[in-house]
Amino acid sequence: MTELGMTQSTQPKIGVGSDAEKRLKARYRAEKRFRAYGLFSIGIALFFLAVLLTSIVSRGWSAFTMSYIQLPVTFDAETIDPDGTREHSALSTADYRGVISAALEKKFPEIADDRTARRDAQKMISQGAELELRKMVLANPNLIGTSADLWLPASSSVDQVVKGNAAHDESSGLSDGALAKLDQMVRSGALKRRFNTYLFTNGDSRQPELAGLLGAVVGSFYSLAITLILSFPLGVAAAIYLEEFASKNRWTDLIEVNINNLAAVPSIVFGLLALEIFLNVMGLPRSTPLVGGLALTLVSLPTIIISARVALKAVPPWIREAAQGLGASRQQMVMHHVLPLAMPGILTGTIIAMARAIGESAPLLMIGMVAFVVDTPATPLDPSTALPVQVYLWAASSERAFVERTSAAIIVLLVFLAVMNATAIYLRKKFERRW
Amino acid sequence: MISEAQSTQQSSRPASDAVKMRATDANVYYGEKHALKGVNLEIKAHEVTALIGPSGCGKSTFLRCLNRMNDLIEGARVTGEIVLDGSDIYDRDLDVVHLRARVGMVFQKPNPFPKSIYDNVAYGPRIHGLAKSGPDLDEIVISSLERAGLYAEVKDRLNEPGTGLSGGQQQRLCIARAIAVSPEVILMDEPCSALDPIATAKVEELIDELRENFTIVIVTHSMQQAARVSQRTAFFHLGELIEVGATEKIFTNPQHKLTQGYITGRFG
Repeated sequence: MTELGMTQSTQPKIGVGSDAEKRLKARYRAEKRFRAYGLFSIGIALFFLAVLLTSIVSRGWSAFTMSYIQLPVTFDAETIDPDGTREHSALSTADYRGVISAALEKKFPEIADDRTARRDAQKMISQGAELELRKMVLANPNLIGTSADLWLPASSSVDQVVKGNAAHDESSGLSDGALAKLDQMVRSGALKRRFNTYLFTNGDSRQPELAGLLGAVVGSFYSLAITLILSFPLGVAAAIYLEEFASKNRWTDLIEVNINNLAAVPSIVFGLLALEIFLNVMGLPRSTPLVGGLALTLVSLPTIIISARVALKAVPPWIREAAQGLGASRQQMVMHHVLPLAMPGILTGTIIAMARAIGESAPLLMIGMVAFVVDTPATPLDPSTALPVQVYLWAASSERAFVERTSAAIIVLLVFLAVMNATAIYLRKKFERRW
Repeated sequence: MISEAQSTQQSSRPASDAVKMRATDANVYYGEKHALKGVNLEIKAHEVTALIGPSGCGKSTFLRCLNRMNDLIEGARVTGEIVLDGSDIYDRDLDVVHLRARVGMVFQKPNPFPKSIYDNVAYGPRIHGLAKSGPDLDEIVISSLERAGLYAEVKDRLNEPGTGLSGGQQQRLCIARAIAVSPEVILMDEPCSALDPIATAKVEELIDELRENFTIVIVTHSMQQAARVSQRTAFFHLGELIEVGATEKIFTNPQHKLTQGYITGRFG
């Protein structure tokens, strides 16, 4: 009894005494500080994300609309088809510029006798207007001889003034007379902003108002399709072999280290490799999505192999034991049990690798996908650009109208990335298993 | 060291003296570690042989030699001879797939595949080509589930995932899965260690019934379980087989001091 009492008196009780209280308070303070660091970091990250998105969207959203001018167009038979043959070749090379000129004179009679004023007025209409008329006539030659009020695309100078991106003075590229006409049309409702379909139906162009992303989107699509077709089976096969079949020895260690290193190699190095092997040695066509896809395959293979190995490792060992205990061969074990269970993880990793590949521009620059390509590629063997390269090209263009289009292209790229990442998350949630 | 004692059989079933499997001077090395040292042991047909001993004594290692599950472990090496019905299972010509079809295994943790109950049981017959068509396979699945005493509980939900069953049901599903391949020997590695007492009782009852058609080797940490289900018991210690004999004999009159110490709870 006394012994017990003695030990109790000599041992300090936990949580009592001023020292203990001080320690407790210090511990609370430390914990609060620790949480504050975390909140601060998240706050910084969110702030920069908000700044990024706001600046891109505020600059880019206006590119999704463009200005159209209403003109009283007469499809004059004399101008379009003086010989009256109605032949395709004649109609496709006809003088649609003259048709627009006539329409402008009809709308603004005062420019009829003034060459300068006429030229200034013509600067308000995009070259796309001529193409628009040509398309209409080719589709329906019966239009010749008729008249109609048509909405035709305005030039980028007009567009930029209307959007407020360019000053309302000479610096916009429009004369005072043209600016006055512009104001008049805005008041009378003959100038409107509509959805910019060119952005999605055209390839690149020197005329900003006609420049679109279709070529780049299709180029990116072909490149990515080739990357996926090549890197997914190659990566998964390599991962399965290394994880399920290869014995652990010096060679497999060496291979593993090298795969991990490759994942960290800057992508431009893979671009150089692709340039040397695919273009110089194998002689594949330059600037094509085929070679772009091959270069991106090099970039994404290590990532896919690593994520597939992680997914395979995450399959619990007792699944393998259960299968082998029943007399399944190693291949049956992998194909029937391990691979299906690892597939969600492998798919997630693959989509993330693809998302990285779609935003990759450096290797594409090396293999020449940075050329100015107007046509939309019909096959992966046609020259093309890709989305991130298009961003780069437009960002380097001097015209004011390309500034908003650069941001618009970034928005499109980000939407692609968001969709791909959302798919990855969806797949993970849907097929995720708990043991 | 090894004392053989042919004592009374606990049940009235005809006991065959035929030796189903025999290990002669079996050694297992995990890299440098000598995990199993010169074990000589006979497994008799239609008997339950219990392997007991303290943790790390090599009893699971020995069990895994019997269907070559040790092959899966990197750096594991087996020497000596282990025969099944007179033929060496470590023979080069013997296909391990066939061996494992003849010597099935039930693991410590219930490990049904994350598939339906039906597919769990049908998997073995499918890969071994025992049944191709639907009705044949149905029959194998149903009879296996019946023999595992599970059919009545799951007959309305054969297409539901096997992982949705309770622990005891999962373990009986694993037993059904093992017997669907019609093995001759079933190895059980502490099959009840993850189960509650009621589920354990059911599995033990099942083991006793299965003895009629299969030869069973069971590793257990529970001496009561060894006493309840087995006819013969082998005691392992530090990788060596210390004593083997009729279960009754081992538990009432062990010949070796170590055995006595273990079963009376002085160490383990």
